[in-house]
Amino acid sequence: MEEIVSIRPLLAVLVTLVAALLIVFTGEKHRNLREFWTIAASIIKFTIVLSMVPFVLSGKTLEYTIISLTQGVSLQFRVDQFGMFFGVLASALWILTSVYSIGYVRGLNEHAQTRYFFNFALCISATMGIAFAGNLLTLFIFYEILTVATYPLVIHKETEEAIRGGRKYLVYTLTAGVVILFGIIYIYNLTGSLDFKPGGFLLGKGPSNVLVFLFVILILGFGVKAALMPMHEWLPTAMVAPTPVSALLHAVAVVKAGVFGCLRIILYVFGPTLLKELDLWLMLAYFAAFTVIVSGLYALGQDNLKRRLAFSTINNLAIIIMGAALLSPSSITGSIFHIGSHGFMKITLFFVAGAIYVKTHKENISQLDGLGRQMPLTFGAFAIASMGVAGTPPVCGFISKWYLAMGCLEAKEVVFLFVLLISAILDVAYFFPIIFNAFFKSPQEDVKPHFDEAPMKMVVPLMITSIVSLILGIFPNAFFNFFNLASMAAGKILGGV
Amino acid sequence: MISQSPVLIIIIPLMFAFITLIFGWWKKNLCYPIVLIALFLSFLASLNTLNTVIASGTIHYRLGGWSPPWGIEYVVDYLNAFVLVIISFVALTVGVYSKRSVEQELPEKIVFFYVMFLLQVTGLLGIVITGDAFNLYVFLEIASLAGYALITIGEDGAPFASFNYVIFGTIGACFYLLGVGYLYIVTGSLNMADLSNILPGLYGSKVVLVAFAFFLVGISIKMALFPLHVWLPDAYTYAPSSVSALLAPLMTKVGAYILIRIMYTVFKPYFAIEMLPIASILTWMAVAAILYGAAMALAQVDLKRMLVYILVSEVGYITLGVGLGNRVALTGAILHILNDAFMMLSLFLIVGAIMYKYGTRNISQLRHIHKKMPFTMAVFVLSGLSVIGIPPTCGFFSKWYLILGAIKANGWVFVAVLLISSLLNAILFFRVIENTYLEPKGELEHDSESFSEVVTIDEVPSSMLVPILVTGAGILILGVMSGKIISAIIQYAVPAYF
Repeated sequence: MEEIVSIRPLLAVLVTLVAALLIVFTGEKHRNLREFWTIAASIIKFTIVLSMVPFVLSGKTLEYTIISLTQGVSLQFRVDQFGMFFGVLASALWILTSVYSIGYVRGLNEHAQTRYFFNFALCISATMGIAFAGNLLTLFIFYEILTVATYPLVIHKETEEAIRGGRKYLVYTLTAGVVILFGIIYIYNLTGSLDFKPGGFLLGKGPSNVLVFLFVILILGFGVKAALMPMHEWLPTAMVAPTPVSALLHAVAVVKAGVFGCLRIILYVFGPTLLKELDLWLMLAYFAAFTVIVSGLYALGQDNLKRRLAFSTINNLAIIIMGAALLSPSSITGSIFHIGSHGFMKITLFFVAGAIYVKTHKENISQLDGLGRQMPLTFGAFAIASMGVAGTPPVCGFISKWYLAMGCLEAKEVVFLFVLLISAILDVAYFFPIIFNAFFKSPQEDVKPHFDEAPMKMVVPLMITSIVSLILGIFPNAFFNFFNLASMAAGKILGGV
Repeated sequence: MISQSPVLIIIIPLMFAFITLIFGWWKKNLCYPIVLIALFLSFLASLNTLNTVIASGTIHYRLGGWSPPWGIEYVVDYLNAFVLVIISFVALTVGVYSKRSVEQELPEKIVFFYVMFLLQVTGLLGIVITGDAFNLYVFLEIASLAGYALITIGEDGAPFASFNYVIFGTIGACFYLLGVGYLYIVTGSLNMADLSNILPGLYGSKVVLVAFAFFLVGISIKMALFPLHVWLPDAYTYAPSSVSALLAPLMTKVGAYILIRIMYTVFKPYFAIEMLPIASILTWMAVAAILYGAAMALAQVDLKRMLVYILVSEVGYITLGVGLGNRVALTGAILHILNDAFMMLSLFLIVGAIMYKYGTRNISQLRHIHKKMPFTMAVFVLSGLSVIGIPPTCGFFSKWYLILGAIKANGWVFVAVLLISSLLNAILFFRVIENTYLEPKGELEHDSESFSEVVTIDEVPSSMLVPILVTGAGILILGVMSGKIISAIIQYAVPAYF
């Protein structure tokens, strides 16, 4: 594996950090300038991230060491295919979310907008750091920054409900952080190194009961942000946050950081060989499968649209972890690809929820009857994305589900194939009524009979994401060899076996 | 001149204390610049000393040219050079900060305050620099007496708190002195290096054991290690803002320094770790301190008092690192001396700033101060995160080494306590953050006017704000640089035999 020293990963992280400072100092008085920083930073960041793609696709990794933190561990970025995949996803979606956010906070005349955009920028910097982190400590540093930077966004409304949601969020994530920290320090104590390696680096580094213990606590730790049941409670509660926050952070950045962390642990720290040796992979897969089914059932019972989406998120995150735990080439590919495809689809769904809220102030599914006639674009996008989540071709959810299903067969564990199918049925069961009611039920009184959409700043991003979901479903490699990144990462992990 | 820098560190503040008194008599306004000059020079001298130590190893400075063990010798190795820089930096920062705060809180006593301030700094620096056990006692008393005086001039409860401190502090100092006396009986020497050579043959002696016990209890009182901390909460709460900002970060740290010196330099590590179960007793006391401090802090409504209890808990961290008795844990303890000095400095400076502007420290009355004091509160959040141990702030890295050290010592209880205390600190600080930053209960009114409403920033004067910002930046920079600091200084500061 060829390594290139490049400052680009650092720049990608710093751009938004600088933007965050500019946002604060520009402040409320010059709103347009402040929003300009957000947009400019998001575009610059995306460009920097893209400029790294060709290197990574040619099998090289980009490295940048900032400073040595402790013996054998540096604050270091190393961009491999998996990190690249996550980086492209998060930075692409940030542009859209920024535009959408501006529409949302202005549409609702939100308070404390500067704080909002400041923390948003911090979050995305942290997410980039997580994506590009070259070792566990670097990842953890950005992971904790993300935890803290998200808190002001969760409590943004400053109502009692929001504050309670924020407290719950902190209790869950900070406790998880402490648990992860312990795991990391223990690993450091065993090996003296924390660098990620495709296929893992812990093999033969400690007695098996210790390794099992470490695996359990690390998965439990990262599993909190990945909302694995029973550690998922914070996520539906955190839905009190403004919708763009739910969209980016609870469909892309925060929860995906948790999943990303889990996958790094499974595939880059412990590795397939060790997990098979310790007989942990199947246990983890069953653990995740439990979440897949139960969260799907929970979702059925939610009337609040965002809460239903939250449970659907929990469901999909567990699918990703289940796929990775099966450790077969297709399942890993599918699982990594699902991080991206679920990102696009779920952000569309959240965008829709926000657009509905801004336009009509409706939050509950039972209030949406006939609204599709007033907001056809929004609900059209919703239909595409929700079908995609259920795994209907030709939306990108189909591709990931296909690979995941193949992976179940390759691993010779048919049970999980059924889990996937049941979850798909549940997806249909909880999404389809929404689409049906919106388009075909007789409109409620307050629905306007003519075309009357949310602000264009909101509609355009959600249409883009839904169209991208469609295109990725037909041409998975349409954008920057998106799919290849996933499959190359999978290949490298298993090639290391 | 340069080669005299070890003694200059002490002489400058000592001389300037008298100069301040004379000029202050004449004109009160001259005190501040004179004190700043003194502290700045002293800071430069310590930096220079640290540089010399890094460049050419341990410095032995003979006072008056008398050779040890008869004369007093200043011995500066990595450990005390490091602590000296911390002390003189903190003193300088508080010195800059003190002007407005003192003018407001103690307008009648400015001269008195600055004279005592310099004597206090002299004492603290002297304790650290000296290589002579009795000389250490002398400086300890200078520092303590100055401390009693400085605390007394505080708020209403201060004289009583200070009296309480006098009693405890005197017992502590006496115990230390008894320890020195006992060692002198059996060894005939007061020089630390000399003692360290003579003592191993006498480890079986009851006198040495008793001396060690006196040392330990005396130092524990001085560094406010639970359960001997009882003098501290009142004393530091009622002291003037600038005084608690000076004493809180330093006095306890200097105590920790003496502990390390006595346990691991004057006595050999195996004496306290293997021959006696002292180190493990210390760790359990540290555990109690950490948990007790955090629990008591939870119960406080007064922000400063909350910080004072956090300080009790932080002393526990350092003691835990010392008690665990392995290289990594000691690295953590020494790193935490630095990090905690910065964190406490910043927090106490901020409390002083809030007092200056609002006249209250009641947590529930501080709503929305971030709108008026955005910078101060931003640093407060940063320091809070550091105390919790969120990376990349410096507090995280000391926790890292302490936890790693606890794992290496197989001390699972200690690992758990360190981790849990992070969470307790998180509760503490987010409670304050919620109270200061967020709207009170009930829905927000989203009216369009609220946007045009210009929030007037009403920060503390820049002589107070700049020290706060510098310390805040320090917390971040020290965090990121901690690897460098350890590889350049601390790894050599860990006493030999580890």
